[in-house]
Amino acid sequence: MSAPTLTRPRGATGAGRLPVRMRLQRRTLTGGLLGLLAWLVVLLFFFPVLWMALTGFKQEPDAATTPPRFVFHPTMAQYQSALSKAGPFLTHSAIITIASTALVLALALPAAYALSIAPVRKWRDALFFFISTKMLPVAGAIIPLYVIARSLHLLDTLPVLIILYTSLNLPIAVWMLRSFLLEVPVAILEAAHVDGASFFRQLRSVVLPLITPGMAATALICFIFAWNEFFLAVNLTTTNAATVPVYLVGFQSGEGQFWAHLCAGATLACLPVLIAGWAAQDKLVRGLTMGAVK
Amino acid sequence: MAVIAEGAGPAAALARARSRQRNRIRRLPLLPALLFTIVVTQIPFVLTIYYSLQSYNFNYPLLRHFAGLHNYTLIFSDAIFRTALVNTVVLTLVPVLASLLLGLGIALLLDRKVFGRGLLRTLIVSPFLVMPAAAALVWKFTLLDAEFGLLNWVLRPFGVHHTDWVNNHSKETIITVLTWQWTPFMVLILLAGLQSQPGDVLEAARVDGAGPWQIFRRMTLPHLRQYMELGIVLGAIYVVQAFDAIFMITSGGPGQQTTNVPYYLFEAAFRAFDIGRASAMGVVVVAATIIIATFALRTISGLFSEQGMEGRL
Repeated sequence: MSAPTLTRPRGATGAGRLPVRMRLQRRTLTGGLLGLLAWLVVLLFFFPVLWMALTGFKQEPDAATTPPRFVFHPTMAQYQSALSKAGPFLTHSAIITIASTALVLALALPAAYALSIAPVRKWRDALFFFISTKMLPVAGAIIPLYVIARSLHLLDTLPVLIILYTSLNLPIAVWMLRSFLLEVPVAILEAAHVDGASFFRQLRSVVLPLITPGMAATALICFIFAWNEFFLAVNLTTTNAATVPVYLVGFQSGEGQFWAHLCAGATLACLPVLIAGWAAQDKLVRGLTMGAVK
Repeated sequence: MAVIAEGAGPAAALARARSRQRNRIRRLPLLPALLFTIVVTQIPFVLTIYYSLQSYNFNYPLLRHFAGLHNYTLIFSDAIFRTALVNTVVLTLVPVLASLLLGLGIALLLDRKVFGRGLLRTLIVSPFLVMPAAAALVWKFTLLDAEFGLLNWVLRPFGVHHTDWVNNHSKETIITVLTWQWTPFMVLILLAGLQSQPGDVLEAARVDGAGPWQIFRRMTLPHLRQYMELGIVLGAIYVVQAFDAIFMITSGGPGQQTTNVPYYLFEAAFRAFDIGRASAMGVVVVAATIIIATFALRTISGLFSEQGMEGRL
């Protein structure tokens, strides 16, 4: 027992004493199993999205069946008819999200500059004021918003959602852009200053090119939130400015049995944001945490 | 730029004036965003408080009058409102914690060298990007339907037949959909946390003979703590407002089983047109959120000071 044997039988004792080759084998085996598990879990999470897109390609009789049909003759008919029905909603959503995102950037970039590169005295207070507005629930403001919009005849118009989505996204954009501006090396700004570049010149030819990727990521995040917004859209618009989520409300009960059409419509509603999100993937976490996590 | 000597009376005053002027100029770019935010977000909240003190129904505008705290006594003696409060807590805490745990597991799996990791990361963010209203429809019909839903078909070998998930397990349904939606959010935050671990320290621990479990308990978890806190508070702030899934899937029902405060407020305001009562609920929601938000701000400012994000120039 206690006598140290130089030739220990292979694999007879615990994992710690296994010969290197077997230990490696075991490690690659667990590694492989964990990799497989990762794939299984991720596919499980992705499945509803895939199923939605697939069902959109079915004929109606193939959509609601037991057992579900995984093999079928794909058709574009549902997507075509959904596109023609969702057309006005998609247009409204596009106008509202693009306009509000542009407005957000126009307001947020100077503000982020005044909170990072050339900070005002109470920059910390200002920064936390912005973020605190993001944390207050929209439900707490919806009634006055509705009353004000009604008395200004803004109900069911594009401007009301443009303004409100701007205010929803502004804090995120200020924080996010600030986190990008902080990464602009001080030395470059100082050099430009010493070279006598004016303030606007500094901004245009030094700062802007450096944070263009950051601005693009910020714009995509704002786009995602504005496009998917439901509560304000449902309560403040009906037809003239109704956005894509309002279009989907139409499927809530009435058209429930036409699953292929429903799924085609739902897929169309999700597609722009899925593309934007996949494109902004590496900056997504930064936007979701307002720049706190990179 | 002239350098001004300290102390001398007029010169010091001049310096102060200059610094004030400089601050004024620096404030200019901030003002548009600040004013916009104050006007659009603060005034409505003040008005909500104002309306909450009135007896005001859209259907009877002539009967509008000051009512003091009457609306508050109304909502707190309202059994449905209390149910809605409890539902809000359950429908926030359970999805946030469940998605945090699932997110932790998935983040750990994806932090390893896995075949096709980039693709996996792209796929896992999708539930979060999908429009919640669209996801709600897909779950409600194609997955959870009693007759043709995929889940009942999958569970058939286990003796499940024609279960009407949405109506008979409404809370679980909403919790599942919210958890599905928010898990990717947690994955992203925790993955960023895992990848910010100093590799050399982990390697040193490994060389010193620490096992994987020890490394996870003693090093990874403490390091992840603040990321988990951030995930919880940010997740809670959004999930507490959950409306889309409830509106689309259960409409708060059956009965009031899935009525949370935002949904009840919506019903009071836009079904019953009781502006005063709905506003009082709004004030309660805001008060409750301020409590969560205080924790949120503390967490964020913790991360914030740690990264040493100081102002410059």
